[in-house]
Amino acid sequence: MELILVNVIDGLVTGLLLFMLSAGLTLIFSMMGVLNFAHASFYMLGAYFAYQISLALGFWVGLLIAPLIVGVMGAGVERYGLRRVHQYGHVPELIFTFGLALLIEELVQFVWGKNQMAYDIPDILNFTAFSIAGNSIPAYKIFMIFISVGIFMGLLYVLTKTRVGMIIQAALSYPRTVEALGHNVPLIFMGVFGVGTALAGVAGVIAGPVLGTFPGMAFVLGSIVFVTIVIGGLGSLWGALVASLLIGWITTFAKSYNIAMSDILNGIGIATPENLSDNMFRDLWTVTSPQIADILPYILMVLILIFRPAGLFGKRES
Amino acid sequence: MNDQLKTDPSKPAQRMRAGSMTLTLGPWIVAAIALLVMPYIFTSNSALTIMNQMWITVVFALAYNMLLGQGGMLSFGHAVYMGLGGFFCMHLMNYIEDFGLAFPLPLLPLFGGLFGMGFAMIIGSFSTSGAGTRFAMISLGVGELIAACSVIIVAFFGGEEGISGDRTYGLPFFGVEFLKQIEVYYLISFWLMLSAVLMYLFSRTPVGRMANAVRDNPERAQFLGYSARWVRFYSFCASGFFCGIAGGLFAISYEILTEENLNATSSGVILLVTFLGGVGFFFGPIIGAIAFTLLQTVLSLQTELWAIYVGGLFLATVMFFPGGLAGLMMMHVPALRLGKAGGLVMPYIKTLIPGAIGVLGVCALIEMTFHFRHAAKGDHEMTLFWTTFDSHTVMPWLIAGIVAAVGLGVARATAPAMKEAWDEANTAGGAS
Amino acid sequence: MKNITKLGAVSALSLIVGATAAFADNIKIAFIDPLSGPFASTGTNGLHQYQFAADHMVNEKGGVLDGQNFEIVPFDNKISPKESLIQLQVAIDQGIRYIAQGNSSGVANALTEAIAKHNKRNPDSRVLFLNYAAVDPALTNDKCNFWHFRFDANADIKMDALTDVMAADDSMKKVYIIGQDYSFGKAVAAAAVANLSSKRPDVEIVGNELHPIGKVKDFTPYARKIVASGADAIITGNWGADMLGLGKSVIENGYEGPIFTYYAAGSGMTAAFGESAKDRIRLISQGGINPIATEEARATYDAFEAKYPEGNIDQSRIFNVIGMLAQAIEGAGTADDVVAVAKQLEGMEYDSMWGGKIFMRPQDHQAIQDMHVGVHTNENIDFDYDNSGYGVFTESTVTMASMDSPTTCKMKRP
Repeated sequence: MELILVNVIDGLVTGLLLFMLSAGLTLIFSMMGVLNFAHASFYMLGAYFAYQISLALGFWVGLLIAPLIVGVMGAGVERYGLRRVHQYGHVPELIFTFGLALLIEELVQFVWGKNQMAYDIPDILNFTAFSIAGNSIPAYKIFMIFISVGIFMGLLYVLTKTRVGMIIQAALSYPRTVEALGHNVPLIFMGVFGVGTALAGVAGVIAGPVLGTFPGMAFVLGSIVFVTIVIGGLGSLWGALVASLLIGWITTFAKSYNIAMSDILNGIGIATPENLSDNMFRDLWTVTSPQIADILPYILMVLILIFRPAGLFGKRES
Repeated sequence: MNDQLKTDPSKPAQRMRAGSMTLTLGPWIVAAIALLVMPYIFTSNSALTIMNQMWITVVFALAYNMLLGQGGMLSFGHAVYMGLGGFFCMHLMNYIEDFGLAFPLPLLPLFGGLFGMGFAMIIGSFSTSGAGTRFAMISLGVGELIAACSVIIVAFFGGEEGISGDRTYGLPFFGVEFLKQIEVYYLISFWLMLSAVLMYLFSRTPVGRMANAVRDNPERAQFLGYSARWVRFYSFCASGFFCGIAGGLFAISYEILTEENLNATSSGVILLVTFLGGVGFFFGPIIGAIAFTLLQTVLSLQTELWAIYVGGLFLATVMFFPGGLAGLMMMHVPALRLGKAGGLVMPYIKTLIPGAIGVLGVCALIEMTFHFRHAAKGDHEMTLFWTTFDSHTVMPWLIAGIVAAVGLGVARATAPAMKEAWDEANTAGGAS
Repeated sequence: MKNITKLGAVSALSLIVGATAAFADNIKIAFIDPLSGPFASTGTNGLHQYQFAADHMVNEKGGVLDGQNFEIVPFDNKISPKESLIQLQVAIDQGIRYIAQGNSSGVANALTEAIAKHNKRNPDSRVLFLNYAAVDPALTNDKCNFWHFRFDANADIKMDALTDVMAADDSMKKVYIIGQDYSFGKAVAAAAVANLSSKRPDVEIVGNELHPIGKVKDFTPYARKIVASGADAIITGNWGADMLGLGKSVIENGYEGPIFTYYAAGSGMTAAFGESAKDRIRLISQGGINPIATEEARATYDAFEAKYPEGNIDQSRIFNVIGMLAQAIEGAGTADDVVAVAKQLEGMEYDSMWGGKIFMRPQDHQAIQDMHVGVHTNENIDFDYDNSGYGVFTESTVTMASMDSPTTCKMKRP
């Protein structure tokens, strides 16, 4: 029972981290139609910049400055790269971000080398906040929860309560009309891209110390962010939040409990075949939930796309 | 929100994409002769191996372009169809060995193709109902699922070490046992020619034509009485078939298939290959596959930093030549037709050669920085462009820097003249 | 248009072929391992050790035979089996007769089969496979062949030695086994279960599970299960980012016991673990560094550090590969006839500068050597890893581990 509570907290941390990545991406995606494959690379850049800054000025300065640098770089990429490619259509834009992801990974290796970086939790947060039945919850996790919830609140406020937010929302659906009303839509695009990548940078800064800072960290994250925003519904901030938490909890619980396929099959009345080792489906029988935990979101996405193409909270079909 | 490729002739950048997909008999004959002659120019086994790899990639890229270029469908998990076809062929090969079946090896890819098509039919039955993001994301999800299964379902995929076999146990085919690399080369070349011709002919059939129409405007295509969904489905299955053939050829060439044949990286690579070559032309993927294989295999022998250059090349291609290498070539067709291409030669030499030298200078700077930072202590010597020098002295840096600056500077200075010559060459009528 | 591209291909291909002519006098060893991509750090570090070992042990001492030098030729396989096979072909065409590879048993499997086929089909250009790190037991059992030599102890031997040390600790009651979901992870788990149940039947195995390799972003849920199971020892075969992630996560989330493992040192990992894992991680390896075995080894390590200040000798067996190959070539009197060299290697007894003897078992080409269990610490460390002050200190040694272990290998000799 206590373990369930612990898993709920762990899943929340995973989900909120994912949310910080997908929040920016879903705005970018719905506004510009760009599947930004380099989004995870900006997350990696955030971690590396923060590591470099933390060596000289400490963790907190890194947390402040690294996302800003990443955001400025993101805005620059939009201004000088994507905007140029935009006229050719969506596929070239996608390939552009694809190539960018490749290049960023190589550049990171060029500058920082190929090893793991010793980027660590700041001493002030390096203690156990509380324990539940012997399972310690590190203070850093609580800190991660606060940061991401704060960012969600901030985003929600900006998007729904401020004038800038209104324009952004309008530009999401009717860019030409907004432009006709005299707003500088390219500037909005650039701003959204910059903020989106800066959010990814924040995620990198705070995830780097716990999940490791190494050249493959963007690749490990992979396409899960796309899965999140598709499940949540493109352009929906709430959708991104719900999908992130859903994925966080599904994967955490699937990993925490060893549910074997043979148990499920036996449960619904199919007996385990004798001499399993010769059976064609032997691997299917021995599958356990931790083995497939990380592909569950993909299964969920395919199912959602088949039965509800707009996603959980999306208003229109992709 | 639509990831389809659309042809909008009003935009200059897209005009080139509208280029004709029609080919005459000439290029086919040239290609066939080239395939036949190549092994006499490059006799070494490694060259044959690399060419085998190229031709397999060509088949795969052409099959991929049936979707991307001709059908406007973006797939993120296409390695799956090639991989599954290959795995199936590998199992077949092992059955031949274990049970002594009388089965000629050259027919093997056909079965890979059928298996690939069968799987494409299953996936296509639900994924092709929409194009754009929906299709793309389903393909991504399915790709990840199969790739993950490859490690879990050991019985079929053999886990991380994959499954392997021996191609020489098949029925000797007119006395050929496929012991030698050259025999495999001709087998692959034969299938390459056959698949390329078939894929070309497919693009000429009503279904192939309708795929273009559905790509450009699904609604209007529906008005013609064609179901956009079924047209997509047929293209998807056909593409799966040829991917399976590529997988079968892979099985014959390498005699091993692993998780790598299915994973997202392979799927991403084929997208890059196809785009690099140019999605708007039938022969685009061919050029892309050749160029990419050379970059990956040959450039990586020369420098550790090959991936940086490849990444840079992709960015440059996307930003400046969205039509890919094929688009770049075909841009010159109007000038050739006007008989003014000759006027382009001098401006090209004046701009592109300094530009290329400048780029090489930049590469030299990158390599020297890398060597300076990462080489062993006391190891100051490095060799670059057949010159050995000390990377810790100022001179080489100065030279590389000057070469880069001057090269790029000259290219920049002469670029307007080239632009002018280009406009002139593409304008009909007398000299102005 | 197509012809222009072909022209480009022509020039590029002739580059490879052209490379064949140069350096005919050196004995070349192809190093086929990842030099780019996510596993590049291990590959690059291994390459440096090879190049240093060749220079230091052979070339600076006048070479082998009548003054022939060893030359390490790097090939980047991007850890892909397909690329490895292409690079193997290129290496063979360059006249290289010795192939060294180690990272990933999957690649090693592909290479050993391809080499066996190549040697059968092309008796004129046979090659030897010097496997210095791929430890899948199958390579010297069911899949063994005459051309493959393994200089590292395989996963079973390592687990045998590791569990010897574990069994001596009476306070250990509950063990948790966790590993990556692929052949090596499964081999480690199977060996751990078999060894523990025979050596310490009273120890309870409270968990035995596999996780996807290289895909897990956050190990917290696994760490929770381990803590909840009440385990007082963990056995894992994880490496790379998976090792660091698992190790950091279990320590952070309240696990108090030791972690017994294979690969948790060097390549930035020692530095990243740092203080948090002090006295917690115990590693099995051949060739102990702290305390160093011989003065020769000390001089070698000092010279290596002077040349590569940021590098580690974390695979000291590489020096054994070079030493044994040089001795075999001297014994055979030729470097071109690989069958003669292989016959010299079979059954060779070699005095390693890292201490102890190395015996290349003729029946399966598995090197038998001393195995050391060390602890991650910053005390008594002469040679640290990653310049972190932390290193691995040898606590116990199993001499000639698994000398008489059975093998299913049926070696076919030419």
